[in-house]
Amino acid sequence: MNPTTRRHLEWKFSQVFGERSPDDEILDADRISTVEFDKSGDYVAVGDRGGRIVIFETKDGKNTADQHYSRNQLEQLDYVSLNHPEYRYKTEFQSHEPEFDYLKSLEIEEKINKLKWCTSLSGSLFILSTNDKTIKLWKVKDRKVKKAREIDSPHQLLSSENTLLSEKSFMNEQGIPSFANGNHVESGVNSIFPSQELRSKIANYEDTAYARCRRVYAHAHDFNINSISNNSDGETFISADDLRINLWNLEVSNQSFNIIDMKPSNMEELTEVITSAEFHPIHCNLLAYSSSRGFIRLVDMRQSALCDYSARIFQDEECHGSRSFLTEIVASITDIKFPVDGRHILSRDYMNLKLWDMHMDSSPVATFKIHEHLRPKLCDLYNNDSIFDKFECCLSGDGLHFATGSYSNLLRIFFHGGGSDEGATIEASKDPNSIKNRKPLPRSRRSSLSNLTRGFYKQGHESTSVVDEYSLNSSSKLQHLAWHPCTYLIACASGNSLFFYHA
Amino acid sequence: MSTVEAPLYPIAVLIDELKNDDIQLRLNSIRRLSTIARALGEDRTRSELIPFLSENNDDDDEVLLAMAEELGVFVPYVGGVEHAHVLLTPLETLCTVEETCVRDKAVESLCKIGSQMRENDLIERFTPLVKRLAAGEWFTARVSACGLFHIAYPSAPETLKTELRSIYGQLCQDDMPMVRRSAASNLWKFAGTVESAHLKADIMQMFEDLTQDDQDTVRLLAVEGCAALGKLLEPQDCAARILPVIVNFSQDKSWRVRYMVANQLYELCEALGPEPIRTDLLPAYVRLLRDNEAEVRIAAAGKVTKFCQILSPELAIQHILPCVKELSLDSSQHVRAALASVVMGMAPVLGKDATIEQLLPIFLSLLKDEFPDVRLNIISKLDQVNQVIGIDLLSQSLLPAIVELAEDRHWRVRLAIIEYIPLLANQLGVGFFDDKLGGLCMQWLQDKVYSIRDAAAKNLKHLAEEFGPDWAMQHIIPQVLEIANDSHYLHRMTLLRAISLLGPVMGSEITCSKLLPVVVNASKDRVPNIKFNVAKVLQSLISVVDQSVVEKTIRPCLVELSEDPDVDVRYFAVQGLQSIDQVTMSS
Repeated sequence: MNPTTRRHLEWKFSQVFGERSPDDEILDADRISTVEFDKSGDYVAVGDRGGRIVIFETKDGKNTADQHYSRNQLEQLDYVSLNHPEYRYKTEFQSHEPEFDYLKSLEIEEKINKLKWCTSLSGSLFILSTNDKTIKLWKVKDRKVKKAREIDSPHQLLSSENTLLSEKSFMNEQGIPSFANGNHVESGVNSIFPSQELRSKIANYEDTAYARCRRVYAHAHDFNINSISNNSDGETFISADDLRINLWNLEVSNQSFNIIDMKPSNMEELTEVITSAEFHPIHCNLLAYSSSRGFIRLVDMRQSALCDYSARIFQDEECHGSRSFLTEIVASITDIKFPVDGRHILSRDYMNLKLWDMHMDSSPVATFKIHEHLRPKLCDLYNNDSIFDKFECCLSGDGLHFATGSYSNLLRIFFHGGGSDEGATIEASKDPNSIKNRKPLPRSRRSSLSNLTRGFYKQGHESTSVVDEYSLNSSSKLQHLAWHPCTYLIACASGNSLFFYHA
Repeated sequence: MSTVEAPLYPIAVLIDELKNDDIQLRLNSIRRLSTIARALGEDRTRSELIPFLSENNDDDDEVLLAMAEELGVFVPYVGGVEHAHVLLTPLETLCTVEETCVRDKAVESLCKIGSQMRENDLIERFTPLVKRLAAGEWFTARVSACGLFHIAYPSAPETLKTELRSIYGQLCQDDMPMVRRSAASNLWKFAGTVESAHLKADIMQMFEDLTQDDQDTVRLLAVEGCAALGKLLEPQDCAARILPVIVNFSQDKSWRVRYMVANQLYELCEALGPEPIRTDLLPAYVRLLRDNEAEVRIAAAGKVTKFCQILSPELAIQHILPCVKELSLDSSQHVRAALASVVMGMAPVLGKDATIEQLLPIFLSLLKDEFPDVRLNIISKLDQVNQVIGIDLLSQSLLPAIVELAEDRHWRVRLAIIEYIPLLANQLGVGFFDDKLGGLCMQWLQDKVYSIRDAAAKNLKHLAEEFGPDWAMQHIIPQVLEIANDSHYLHRMTLLRAISLLGPVMGSEITCSKLLPVVVNASKDRVPNIKFNVAKVLQSLISVVDQSVVEKTIRPCLVELSEDPDVDVRYFAVQGLQSIDQVTMSS
């Protein structure tokens, strides 16, 4: 991938999960609310508004037939990028259920606000997930199912060394084998249950994974949790709500420490809220959080137990030229991300994507304009609340490419050193055919567009309808996305569909 | 299973339950693993039960935890120390599971077994296990490995010892911070088994690496062990190698590290001679007492008395006392509370003059603190000052403080002060108590909060014990008995509670003449709750009064209650009658 750094990338469609035909109504519960790759990129997890978490894993070498197919397909498209991973469904589970807080008469949605992968240990996957109030730690483990061959052999039981213990049951009438411990199948399969035998045979080919809730970190937030972030020490994590940030130990679910509290004693004096918080990827003591006033504060947890005093404040001074009610709203930062090296911070507000250097707090080192064309329409956007839409951002593993979402299912990708106009724009489409009918360019929605073609594309687009550009139908917003940690692969969510693009 | 004989049947059930779907049954079965093993015999335990348990590593954490614990005491059931090594296999798997408490327990059990094993087995079985874990793919194995080196090391031959030291060195530089943390917190254990030459070279090198780790959490665990490590070294080596690290740490950028130093400094002083304490540790400690971070000051303030005890009084007055003055005015209430809980202990160290001159003003200002915990902490240690300066100097300021606490709007504060009343009574003496505090004790009996009323009743009992029945007869009983006419039934219930507590202290005579009539009278109360409490109190008084009184007064009353329309009253009355019968029969 080295030769491709610091330049424009050719983006291609890779995969889609949950594809819809245009007529399909999306259930609100099916809408994806967060996407996250694990550290290795072998897994990607998706949370939705219905409180479910779906995990996809890379197809590994075993699945040869499938890979041949994709390879052939790829070779036609591009010879260079053969090695991008493809994913397949692994498992899904219900992480949160709708709840009702009787004390505050408050309904708590099951929607997964954020999820984060924890360091995996002993072969299991660990995921932290949160809704508005409660954080949960999930363990996803592959069931080890003994080879069906062992079960087929009738001699196995007799010749086993563990004659006593391998006997299926001392109580003759209890013939039901225990599946609570996956590897007990060998000791218990009874010919009365042929279906189970069949099931375990199948299980040889498909790993079955099951998820178990390990810990629940509850009752620590008065406001809605907007982000969680793991510390590089592998021991702690933070959870941020609108006004406070709490520090937890992964192993202790009954206490947390409040490290940042922005709640004024009188709520009428409230001027800003926390919108996002993230730990530095290397330095366990550094923590960044963004606010609705457009500040990014960097905090050193070594300085003090209560981190009200920030080490640095990143603030775009240019933004303070012409102040108005609307410009203050659009200044609100919706997402911040650290690159792997921790030198920069990427931030997204309503209008722009900004890259900050940790050594320069007066202005961003690069600003990519995303929604400049909406500036005249801010008033309309305010009236229908679209101005409060929160778009996420992400960076490539090398920290040189950045991506964010926009309306009309557009995915915008930029590179370090390139300007706002040099980025790529991709439309994450729900159904290729319907788009084809609408637009003359057959592959425009998938492949990247050079300046020229994008101009063309834009023209074509504008001719259809200007309103379409920021269609307020919430199904056409691309808000959640994540970048594969090692390769140029982006996963982005639109409605209930998850699209993968690679370069 | 025709071979299973009848006596083995319960065992068969237990074994069956090891595989049951219900976690509670599996847990029960694991808890009785030793019974199963005894029934199976040593051979079959070794050849069948242990291999079965080795595979059973995918269970719920609770079951695994129980298993890790049971296996630690399993040596007798597998045939004694010569077979102890068969237990290593299941425990090795448990050392790699993801749940920390299971791993810790497995390591603990392995250490228990390892310390019994024969030298030969340790070399051939235990050490390879340690090496396997240390090279484990998952960091959980490597974390567990760190806690086993001190068992494997002593019996290892020279070449193996070198290898073990180098493996431990690698663990100290592991990629995963969790492994480095484990290495840091186990270093002092391992160091205790290493020869002094290697201790100075290899171990100290590891220690120095850990103290320079990027991760705060690793550095602070290194501090935690340094006092223990220091005790292993000669004082001059300790001064040369550990002291600079500690002095450095006391100025670390991270408050968490400084906090740890503040907590550990005293222990470290014990390892060092008086000279380095004066020149290096005292300035470091004074810095910590004046730290920017309140948490650090809390930790440091909590050690102020201990630290003064190892210093000469002159040094304490010169260096520590000024800091204590500052801390007593600290902006953080928690710092002041931490100081208040120990500062009284400084009085004996400083002597009478310095205490009256310097400490007394501090006590007095803390006694007037706006934060109730601070005042409570001072009052709780009153006996220590009393020994040095006597109570007279304090009593003037003490009274307003106590009264204010007694009327605090937080019931937990009121509860805390009630619990100190017997101590105060003891220190202040009868005269002072009668004048000032007697009224308060009665007032609490009618508090809004049950816990306070209950504590107040217990308090009366303690006072009666403290000052004797005669005093109680004069100062407590009349006031208490007045409550019998209170219109509030909860207050009348408190009275019953107080009587049941006071009865045994006051003795048979006063109980019969004063207390019992009130109780009997209360049995005619219109509230059933009072009536069944009467039944309960009567039951408790059976053992206090004479047999004749029981028959003449208590029994008729209970009989009457046992015919009450209320079912609860009848229940407790019958219970009371039964215990009368029991007492009668046994005597």
